[in-house]
Amino acid sequence: MRILSWAYLIALFTFILLPVGVLVVFSFQDGRLPVPPFKGATLEWYASVLADRALMEALLNSMIVALISAAVSLTLGFLAASGLARVVLPGSVLMRGVLIAPMTVSYLIVALGLLQMFGKIGVRPSLLATGIGHVVINLPLCFAIIYASIGEHQKNALKAARDLGAREWQVLWLVAAPMLLPSLAAAYFLAFTFSWDEFIIAFLLTRFDVTLPVEIWSMLRSGLSPETNAVGSLVFLVSIVIVVALELLLFRKGAK
Amino acid sequence: MTIERREKRQGAALVAPALLWTLVFFAVPFAGMAIMSLAHLEGREIVQGFDLGNYLRIFTDPSFRRGIFVSLEITLTVTVISVLLAWPLAWIIATRVPERWRRMALLIAVLPFWTSYVVRSYSWALVLGEKGVVNNALIGLGLLSEPIQIMATRAATVTGFVHFFVMLLTLTIYSNLIQLSPNYARAAMDLGASRWQVIRLVILPLTLPGVMTGAFLTFVLCIGDYITPQILGGNNELSLPQLIMMQLGRRGDYPMASALSVVLMAIVTLAYAASARWLKMERL
Amino acid sequence: MTASVTIQAVEHRFNNFTALHRVDLSIEAGEFIVLLGPSGCGKTTLLSIIGGFFTPTKGQVLIGGADMTHVGPRDRPTTTMFQDYALFPHMSLADNVAFGLRMRGVGKAARRDKAMEMLDMVGLADKGSRKPHELSGGQRQRVALARALAVDPDVLLLDEPLGALDLKLRRQMQDELKEIQQRVGTTFVHVTHDQEEAMAIADRIVVMNQGRIEHCGTPEEVYLNPKTPFSADFMGEMNRIEIATGQAASLGGTDAQPALDGGTLCLRPESIGLQGDFSLGRARLAHASFFGSHHRCHFRPLEAPDREWIAHLPQGIALHPGDEVELFGRNPVIFPRDAA
Repeated sequence: MRILSWAYLIALFTFILLPVGVLVVFSFQDGRLPVPPFKGATLEWYASVLADRALMEALLNSMIVALISAAVSLTLGFLAASGLARVVLPGSVLMRGVLIAPMTVSYLIVALGLLQMFGKIGVRPSLLATGIGHVVINLPLCFAIIYASIGEHQKNALKAARDLGAREWQVLWLVAAPMLLPSLAAAYFLAFTFSWDEFIIAFLLTRFDVTLPVEIWSMLRSGLSPETNAVGSLVFLVSIVIVVALELLLFRKGAK
Repeated sequence: MTIERREKRQGAALVAPALLWTLVFFAVPFAGMAIMSLAHLEGREIVQGFDLGNYLRIFTDPSFRRGIFVSLEITLTVTVISVLLAWPLAWIIATRVPERWRRMALLIAVLPFWTSYVVRSYSWALVLGEKGVVNNALIGLGLLSEPIQIMATRAATVTGFVHFFVMLLTLTIYSNLIQLSPNYARAAMDLGASRWQVIRLVILPLTLPGVMTGAFLTFVLCIGDYITPQILGGNNELSLPQLIMMQLGRRGDYPMASALSVVLMAIVTLAYAASARWLKMERL
Repeated sequence: MTASVTIQAVEHRFNNFTALHRVDLSIEAGEFIVLLGPSGCGKTTLLSIIGGFFTPTKGQVLIGGADMTHVGPRDRPTTTMFQDYALFPHMSLADNVAFGLRMRGVGKAARRDKAMEMLDMVGLADKGSRKPHELSGGQRQRVALARALAVDPDVLLLDEPLGALDLKLRRQMQDELKEIQQRVGTTFVHVTHDQEEAMAIADRIVVMNQGRIEHCGTPEEVYLNPKTPFSADFMGEMNRIEIATGQAASLGGTDAQPALDGGTLCLRPESIGLQGDFSLGRARLAHASFFGSHHRCHFRPLEAPDREWIAHLPQGIALHPGDEVELFGRNPVIFPRDAA
């Protein structure tokens, strides 16, 4: 059983890591095709990525959309969660259902609906439109994470704050937010990641200013290239750095 | 005004912005799409009407009908394979890997999450291509004399999907497993169960809610995804999302795209209804 | 069925931490033994070693005379009732109770009958088809007991099974446990940190502290004649009166009691009163509260007003704060200087 377990673990890890490994290795390919045989290492493709104006702009766009849309999702989700956790409103269950609903719908459907509505009211495809779409998909996520982290204990702390004379905004800002910090951070981080990585909404709702996944998509049309590998590896590297930093700074502290 | 009413008013004020956002940017567009699905195209003009012509075509036109079946087949295959692969992996990490390596093992198991989704599909194209790593290895080992076609087949789509969802399911099942009190397994063993009986009769049933939640998530994300079938599966057989994008791109047939989206949504709703009693969404 | 348990020189270490230091203990067949001590004293470790969940670092475990040191839990004639009950939430009560029989290959009908019989014994005969989450804490506790007893173990191990219940229910369950134990005759080894619980159910109490057995005896012995200051304190409230060497205290007329020359004189609150075997001198009542069965009085001895003695005086007594009385002691426990 023990040997079988380890063999299985190794097999699955190989499967899971194989494509990423290939991606990174052939980003250094000294040749035009990112497939075997490996012809030697070069940093040429990384240089051409960093020199690619369109890519760098797309990266910046993605960053802006992700930062802002995640912040809006977090704020709306936090307010809604603390409202619903505070009192039982008529239709509480229905409201929770409505707020969660976009989570069960394909991004494609969200994108298509927004595309048609924006077309009708004359909103041009843009980063703003994309950001709005990203809030639609991330708001349920933020709401669910924060709502789930407000238990009886937290509710009582909020009640105590009100009892001691805090105004509503003080309750939220001075008690609720610090108390729920780990889950707020997790929610923001996830929302950021999902927005950063989201393709189909950005694809349908942007035209001239595009986000990084859309730009990468258009690179794919010209076939396999080590340059695409280099972009992918860079995104990977940056994400890992962020994850490790967060793990060290935030979650480790929260876990204790 | 009573204290209770004031409380409720404040609570409602907090919920309002999020609710409004969801209604304006989700519910309204969705209703608009439902209405659009009842329109039809005359030349390049969209004529709003109230006919079910698009739906009729979806269920009679072989290419659309096929799209639904292709999507369902791929999604079900992917869901089943992913669960079967992920459960043992999650179990091994949760119970066999020494505790201080557990976090590390989990981190490795989901490492490729951190590349972009588009890039992940692209990497599988590298691996599975005619000159890719798999063909190279198989030929190098003498198992093949000619490269086999993997790219642009359903196998490639399924592989790409399974890769992603094994990671996702490993996470959900793992978190389910470590929440179980170790006393369940001890009690079963104490009463005479063998190792295998402990897994089959106690641990597996106890993780069922987590497995079902993960499987449902897999189903939803898989059936609605455009990128993986487009990059890896190519155009030999088209899934529902590919068909939807095609309506938009080639002909600007928004009514048809909308009708297909409504069908996609209906399938997901049916899947939810079928598995609802197993699901505990809050476990996510 | 029932069997004796013998622990021989058992020692257990977790990494660098020694949970048990050379423990010896003999439990007779059919005995109700309670392992009592604060958390971290090693009582649960000892129970796990008897149950087969740990192999001790050193020493031997004999059950019914047979060496079980290296036998796993599934092959031991023991069953454990877990602190969190560990009822399988996806199975009905009947299936839970029948689980052990199923593992032993007992046929469906036979194990159903046995499960119903066990459920009947714990007063849940009508709830066999319910799921664990539909039950109250006390009911779950009973199902766990029925499940553990359904396989007719020789030894039943109970890991703080009453900890999650409220006080009233706990007292009631103690009586039931005792009664069931007497009926089935199985050896019970019960872990708790509640000394009242221990006294209520045990034939013998094993007081443990820091991985060692401090005292092992009947409830009366452990309460009235504790062997160590630790078990004296752990078994209940104690007034400690230090006697300096050379200042011999006369312990009154009891013939067996020698005069104490240096050491600690320990008296339970109910052993201090207005009459008794020896005088403690005069004291002033600081304050008192009525506890129903007694008055709990805080006295300050006139000779040492910074000390406080606690005495339980009978109901009818009419004393007021500030009153001075002469106090007497009975049933003293004496620890010589070096033991205290």
